[in-house]
Amino acid sequence: MAYSEKVLEHFKNPRNVGSLNKDAKNVGTGLVGAPECGDVMRLQIEVDEESGMIRDAKFKTFGCGSAIASSSLATEWLKGKSLDEAASIDNMDIVEELALPPVKIHCSVLAEDAIKAAIEDYRQKNGIQVGHKESVTA
Amino acid sequence: MEKRRLIYLDNNATTPCDPRVVDTMVPYFYEKHGNAASRSHQFGWEAEDAVDYAREQIAKLLNVEDKEVIFTSGATESNNLALKGVFEMYAKKGNHIITAETEHKAILDTCKHLEKAGAEITYLKVQEDGLVNLADLEAAIKPTTILVSLMWANNETGVVQPMQDIAKICEKHGILFHSDATQAVGKIRTHPREIGVHLMSFTAHKMYGPKGVGGLYVSRKNPRVKVTAQMDGGGHERGMRSGTLNVPGIVGFGKAAEIAMNEMDQDAARLSKLRDRLQAELTKLEETKINGNIDSRMPHVTNISFKHVEGEGLMMTFNQNIAVSSGSACTSASLEPSYVLVGMGLGDDLAHSSIRFSLGRFTTDEEIDQAIELVRNGVNHMRDLSPIWEMYQDGVDLTKIEWSAH
Repeated sequence: MAYSEKVLEHFKNPRNVGSLNKDAKNVGTGLVGAPECGDVMRLQIEVDEESGMIRDAKFKTFGCGSAIASSSLATEWLKGKSLDEAASIDNMDIVEELALPPVKIHCSVLAEDAIKAAIEDYRQKNGIQVGHKESVTA
Repeated sequence: MEKRRLIYLDNNATTPCDPRVVDTMVPYFYEKHGNAASRSHQFGWEAEDAVDYAREQIAKLLNVEDKEVIFTSGATESNNLALKGVFEMYAKKGNHIITAETEHKAILDTCKHLEKAGAEITYLKVQEDGLVNLADLEAAIKPTTILVSLMWANNETGVVQPMQDIAKICEKHGILFHSDATQAVGKIRTHPREIGVHLMSFTAHKMYGPKGVGGLYVSRKNPRVKVTAQMDGGGHERGMRSGTLNVPGIVGFGKAAEIAMNEMDQDAARLSKLRDRLQAELTKLEETKINGNIDSRMPHVTNISFKHVEGEGLMMTFNQNIAVSSGSACTSASLEPSYVLVGMGLGDDLAHSSIRFSLGRFTTDEEIDQAIELVRNGVNHMRDLSPIWEMYQDGVDLTKIEWSAH
């Protein structure tokens, strides 16, 4: 199966690879997937406490090219967004942007789960309640 | 700019057709286009002679009689014919067949089919090194057992089963022994009569011959084995396999067998050195594991797990330059890792991290040098990206983490 140009580009030049201090109060960490399933994503957000906007985002991913591209793209999209805006990122947006084939849709689902898990972690740390909370576990 | 040739280290999937084989085949497409079953004219006689000669060449390689070689469309058909054909032919004797979990799908799926038709199948577990446990095999035998089917060499790991010992057990209990020798024929010595194998499947395209032609060895004496045909038609191949013979393919298969017979030993010696070097250099990387018994293995294969790196992603770092296979099938919705490696007791995580390297007659020293460098760089790159590599380095016990099922 051939990968799309965009997947290849993100795979070769992944954006925002790395780690943020997971113990910092303004950092939210989402770790989703399992090694046994062939995919693990760790996505982190750093929130500007005054504006409530996501200031920085980092990822590391164990997985195939599509999983790496999905998480790389997610970190790009997260920067500069409010938490609510970030939470509204849908996996199908990633599928569309990267032209993922049907067999790779689970990679985008995992990225969406990682975003939601990172936001949830940040909110829990900071005691923020969300009225209509949806389930965020993968 | 000259484009660098892609390095092909996936010879267990298929081998390139040897140019000497292709040359031999060419006349049989046009000038000598006859049907080997046409008895009334020169074209037919020519084709029949060519098929007879190829059958001799293959029989020599296997050290069997010409008439014991049945031509098929490939090893999948040979496996189907052997298992279904024995099951039907020997139905009065029993319905029990013994095989192993790490066999090729052409065996396993045929067994599943036979189960629906009333067969009882035992799927032996293999040991951690990929070898069948002989005591388990003997313990599985019942009065109703008619066939043991175990592969000569595994496609994913190259592990070679203790054929002689298995054959002895079969002989002791008077049971037929079939072997899927697809990965072994033409690369190591495979003499079924000498070993005590009664039926043996093999194919041309794994031994530098063309695709679409295979063979089934069926012993004609001590014991005289018969299989029920699985296709109805003109009664070709001693009534066991109807269908017009693929004359150019068979001619190429014969030539490939002749070349293999002459060059097998030197190829094996050269390739095992290259394979050992590749394996030694790659396992210098931290946290690697060679899968399968290294003392009973094909000379040109190695299967290595690179821990905390996912196989398909790893392949993507070098697939512009090297062609290999991974034990991680991330292309299916179920994300199933290799059942062969899992069957050997490897965790799903390590199975997802595995790469199979299979060298071939046309692999060069320089290509191995390049492959070593490209794979090492790829592993390092993917580990920089891997959260579980980071955790491992930070001393996190990965088994204690509650992973979210996905």
